[in-house]
Amino acid sequence: MTKYILRRILFMIPVMLGVSLIVFTLMYITPGDPAAIILDEGATPEAIEMLREEMGLNDGYFVRFGRFLLDVVVHQDLGVCYQTHQPVAERIAETFPNTMMLAGASVLVAVVIGLIMGIISAVKQYSFFDTAAMFLAMVGNAMPNFWQGLLLMLLFALHLKWLPASGFGSLKHLILPAVTIGTSSAAAIARMTRSSMLEVIRQDYIVSARAKGQSEFWITVRHALANAMIPVITTIGMQFGSLLGGAVLTESIFAVPGIGKMMVDAIKARNYPVVQGGVLIIALTFSLINLLVDILYAYIDPRIRSQYR
Amino acid sequence: MERTTGRYKKRSQAQEVWRRFRRNKRAVAGLIMLIVLLLCAAFAGLIAPFDPNKQDLVNRCAVPSMEHWFGTDELGRDIFSRIIYGARISVSVGLIAVSISLAGGVSLGAVAGYYGGASDNLIMRFMDILLAIPSILLNIAIVSALGTGLQNVMIAIGISSIPGYCRIVRASILSLKEQEFVEASRSAGASDFFIITRHILPNCIAPLTVQATLRIGSAILSCASMSFIGLGIVPPTAEWGSMLSTGRDFIRNAPHLCTFPGAAIMYAIFAMNLIGDGLRDALDPKLKD
Repeated sequence: MTKYILRRILFMIPVMLGVSLIVFTLMYITPGDPAAIILDEGATPEAIEMLREEMGLNDGYFVRFGRFLLDVVVHQDLGVCYQTHQPVAERIAETFPNTMMLAGASVLVAVVIGLIMGIISAVKQYSFFDTAAMFLAMVGNAMPNFWQGLLLMLLFALHLKWLPASGFGSLKHLILPAVTIGTSSAAAIARMTRSSMLEVIRQDYIVSARAKGQSEFWITVRHALANAMIPVITTIGMQFGSLLGGAVLTESIFAVPGIGKMMVDAIKARNYPVVQGGVLIIALTFSLINLLVDILYAYIDPRIRSQYR
Repeated sequence: MERTTGRYKKRSQAQEVWRRFRRNKRAVAGLIMLIVLLLCAAFAGLIAPFDPNKQDLVNRCAVPSMEHWFGTDELGRDIFSRIIYGARISVSVGLIAVSISLAGGVSLGAVAGYYGGASDNLIMRFMDILLAIPSILLNIAIVSALGTGLQNVMIAIGISSIPGYCRIVRASILSLKEQEFVEASRSAGASDFFIITRHILPNCIAPLTVQATLRIGSAILSCASMSFIGLGIVPPTAEWGSMLSTGRDFIRNAPHLCTFPGAAIMYAIFAMNLIGDGLRDALDPKLKD
């Protein structure tokens, strides 16, 4: 098992190198001169040229990519933000915990709603609840995150005034964005839980559990759900990517000072180092989560665990 | 399977799929929704009661009425007409972006699966890298490099959904290439290109069709998302995402500027999801729960 985890971590290195190459290349061909952006409109061409030289923007593609990699790997330095002149690593350290907190809350919303809806739908298949829940799941799936965010804000913040419309800091601030991001993933989780549970529920061991007089609740949780979890966990893991992506838009709507909002602002200002750093961190997080999901399989399913030995 | 005996009529596979699709009420509902959308896109000029860009500054942010069904926006433009015209953008983004990723994904997946070895490794590791970046971020990075505008948005969305198709095609080819009919064709002297295009790809059509249908919906969503953060289709073009983006500033006093464009995006995605699910069930009855 340890060997498998180590191999997976080693395998992440070329992927991360590739991600940084792609991001660096895209930012390299992006039009717009960062030196001119830093110095504002009044700067003379000479001043801009001097700054370009100082920032190393006049060097070739490979020299700049090499320098970027060297800085990241050896010095743990992601460059300096062109706007605030802070180190990028510092800006990420400020924003990343907020995004993770939001993502965590969204996963919680998604898993709780998705699992409950999926389980009840499967147990009461073809009932009114099942039909209604699956219809809701399809609607939730089709609803754009940012639109749903605006509607929730309109209802709960502007009309009912129950929750703050924007900002960050308290649990109340977290509710609207987390529900916005979480519900679309809840839809996917609910559908997967339902179909996976339906498959398991017809198995012989469920019948024998029922025959020995076990309570219906215990059968559902201990016998059916535990065996239906593998595809559900895969879905949850896959949803994490779209949760992180959804956080980008949702953070801008609710003015959450997270990594997504930071990156959207940075792209508009051609603030390359912040964009590069942000994409790298998100890609790294995403890959780590996928690894965790794979390890989690082994803990849940002894059949998979035995393969790794 | 051909059934020529008895009272069974001979049916082609496509007819069989259509017969199963037709029986599925949800799928048919989705198809009707899609036809309405396509008609709106094709005949926008005839359906829309107003010019989508005609401003009427006296009637700014007017609430829905008999004259303006969905009200007017911050410049007095008719929202209903703008949504009808916006269907053109969404439909073309959906179709063209998906064609780009189909072309890229199918050819890369075919090469990776059929030839294996180093090319397989190289292509699939590249796909792993693309998959490690959440697609909205990849879209943002590509569009900011290429510049905003309809064409670049289509390219960005097309590129970022290549890995999905690539994996499907590769997986199907791996399971097909050792089969007897491929071997027979090879021993008869068929070229690799002939084998891939004539024998192998037709066998991947079912999963590819389902993936492409569902992907049209998500391409429409991605386009709207990018316009929403100001990187996609720029005003004054009538596009659902950018309408939402400007409407957002008026949400307090004129929420209808946001509700209708958002509902339009949802409508399109909902239709494509219904059709995609229906196609999956119709193409592969074994998968149905």
